[in-house]
Amino acid sequence: MSKTPQSPLIINNGIVYDPLNNVLGEKASLYIKNGKIVDEFRENGAKVIDAQGMLVMPGGVDIHTHIAGSKVNTGRMLRPEEHRVSFVPKGVMPRSGGGYSTPTTYICGYRYAIMGYTTAFEPATPPLKTRHTHEELNDTPIIDKACFPLLGNNWIIMNYLKDRETEKLKGYIAWIMQAIKGYAIKIVAPGSTEAWSWAKGISSLDEEVPHFGVSPKEIIRGLVEINENLNLPHTVHLHTLNLGRPGNYETAIETMRILEGFKPAKERKRVLHITHIQFNSYSGTSWKDFGSGAAEIANYLNSHEHISVDMGQVVFGNTTTMTADGEWQYRLRKLTGFKWVNGDVELETGMGVVPYIFSRKNFVNAIQWSVGLELALLTKDPWQVYLTTDHPNGGPFTAYPTIISWLMSKKARREMLEKVHKAASGRTTLPDVDRELDFGEIAVISRAATAKALGLKDKGHLGPGADADIAIYPIYPEKDDAATEPKKVIKAFSKTAYTIKDGVVVAEKGKIIEQPFGKTFWIDVEIPDSIIKETYNDVKESFDKYYTINLSNYLIGDRELLRSSPIKVSP
Amino acid sequence: MQEIMLVFKEKLKVPIEAEVISPNTFSGKKMNEIAGLKVWHGNRRIKLGDVFEIEGETSNEPENLHIIIKGDASKVKCVGKRMTSGRITISGNIGMHVGAEMYGGEIIVEGDAESWAGTELYGGLLNIKGNAGDYVGAVYRGEWRGMKKGLIMVEGNVGNELALWMRGGKITVKGNAGSFACAHLSGGTVMIHGDINGFLGAEMKKGIIVTFSKLEELLPGFKFNEEVPILRLDEEEIEGPFLRFVGDLAESGKGELYVLKEKNQHLT
Repeated sequence: MSKTPQSPLIINNGIVYDPLNNVLGEKASLYIKNGKIVDEFRENGAKVIDAQGMLVMPGGVDIHTHIAGSKVNTGRMLRPEEHRVSFVPKGVMPRSGGGYSTPTTYICGYRYAIMGYTTAFEPATPPLKTRHTHEELNDTPIIDKACFPLLGNNWIIMNYLKDRETEKLKGYIAWIMQAIKGYAIKIVAPGSTEAWSWAKGISSLDEEVPHFGVSPKEIIRGLVEINENLNLPHTVHLHTLNLGRPGNYETAIETMRILEGFKPAKERKRVLHITHIQFNSYSGTSWKDFGSGAAEIANYLNSHEHISVDMGQVVFGNTTTMTADGEWQYRLRKLTGFKWVNGDVELETGMGVVPYIFSRKNFVNAIQWSVGLELALLTKDPWQVYLTTDHPNGGPFTAYPTIISWLMSKKARREMLEKVHKAASGRTTLPDVDRELDFGEIAVISRAATAKALGLKDKGHLGPGADADIAIYPIYPEKDDAATEPKKVIKAFSKTAYTIKDGVVVAEKGKIIEQPFGKTFWIDVEIPDSIIKETYNDVKESFDKYYTINLSNYLIGDRELLRSSPIKVSP
Repeated sequence: MQEIMLVFKEKLKVPIEAEVISPNTFSGKKMNEIAGLKVWHGNRRIKLGDVFEIEGETSNEPENLHIIIKGDASKVKCVGKRMTSGRITISGNIGMHVGAEMYGGEIIVEGDAESWAGTELYGGLLNIKGNAGDYVGAVYRGEWRGMKKGLIMVEGNVGNELALWMRGGKITVKGNAGSFACAHLSGGTVMIHGDINGFLGAEMKKGIIVTFSKLEELLPGFKFNEEVPILRLDEEEIEGPFLRFVGDLAESGKGELYVLKEKNQHLT
């Protein structure tokens, strides 16, 4: 950890985009003391950064990126060939490492920092494997982080839902967040991964999960209810059924409809986050008539504000898909014939890892590429759709600058459309979309809205009291036109002029100069002991009967996290 | 053709990583620049001139360059890696990764080659007069896109996992082959004259394997198809008769395996 004493810092005359505080492209200076943004001060000893005319934003907040844990590591082990071609020697970065779609932990932290990202959340950790996830997060430098436990196929939860034991379920969710240091409820293919361990799948929201007698709909509704009841900072984070299949936009809309009229906790608008929605926005009945259903999804989002989504944008090239949706990975392996891994996590979830090459000449891939962009551009409210690639499923997070250039420039999109299979023009609405996002909207989809959705009060903005996580990009909003110069945009968003984390300059012009370790957030729900106690007895019984490990070995202590940062929540 | 001769100054104890020994790197450089090329020697970088006495005449075009290494080069790795044209002759043994990822040109090894010879070959000719180690014409760890084009000839024996994941081109082995030869083969032709240690063609999808010796065991994924009196490949005809098997049925089963009938009556 960095031992450097922090001197106050002043960032002068940048063009600041801070949408949460309604600052959009104003020339302003930022003042930083003790890792926080403060009101203006005068001090002789302060370090001064001259950001004259440069783009200044809060540090990026990635809401969904698979960077740590057992399936990520399985991906690394499955793909030694990409660690041969993509590697970083010590010296270029403070520690060596490698991997393109499956980078090692240190390289992952460095690459995020160089892009101006200072927070990234691992969205899928089986509770049983979360010790591994935290070990890797501990080894991921610079960025702040957290992980979402996978709870959509959990035996204890499904039993409680079937028996309508709402209080006990509340106790279990509160307990599990504390027990394994989790941040939000993640549901992957509700019930379907459990069905997959019986070599079956679930494709309808009303189908019953074998042996449990609950439907995916009940799982989603039940967990959303508990989530809002407990007042957790993030909404339920859902990977819907039928991911990747033609015609699945209908499933996505049906899923959103389940929660129409549902009352969110406190002042929040949303009750559900549907992740990597691109993979769930396809029309058609087979691969032959595969098309885009993005317009329908965007229409729904435009008239309903209870749902937020992230893009899950596809970028062309070689990547590694990894998900808890074991059944889908089996299907994908059948399509590609590549090497693969499929796994089961007792009582909790499953997983699969399959390499994938998104090819410009493949018409399905070309449509997938268009769909992600359509979603981001047709959805009117940028606070509803966030920038992700579902790293590494749609492509590595290092593709964000390129995606930003597509979002900001019709010219860049047109150039790409010419290079890809003509289905991208013929079967989607992308060629007709004229919208070009501005820097303010980019700041929304990549930091402000994601921080807000995650309930991170000190992130995603630059108001006094916020964490001093700042990205200064070498692009000049007053004279550079993003719409006509996409290459400039890519270059600027790939390497910040300065990345500041908690008031420390961590990266400068693409070089890592300091590597402090970030915090790991987790949720500490203040819930009456009596509720937890009752649940605990059931959990204990479940461990005695079914789990292969002892309950005491399951719990993760505060001290196992390098910088444990509990967020207290009272229901 | 201009010749450049590399003669060892003294015997190497620690291997060097010498992918710079390639007509592509040497061409267009003066002799002193060639001697100044850097190579990894353990964890240090030294100059090529520290290892070899370098003599001869250089050329601007790689295709006109013939590099000759004199002496036992079994501690010199990656010679001719990614070369596209020209010629390299090694008068003795050569270290690992000779001709790996080579695109064209010609490498002749008079002695033995260590493992990974001709790995992921994209073209050119690699001729090994002695024995070769494991992974001849194979792939590096994790890769599934193996040797694509070109020709590898080994006069002696080869180690395990010959032609692993090979997609095209041709490999001929005059001697014996170790275990898992042609595993995951998905194209190209492999001929093995000597004995084979087992698991031949495991999970092969496509491609042709021809063997001339007695095959002790055949994987259960192979099925007898027909008897072929004369085997006709692209440009050659081989007197048989051969027994034709198809496999590996654990995969697509489109691979072809020809074994000489007179030595393999036990397989019929």
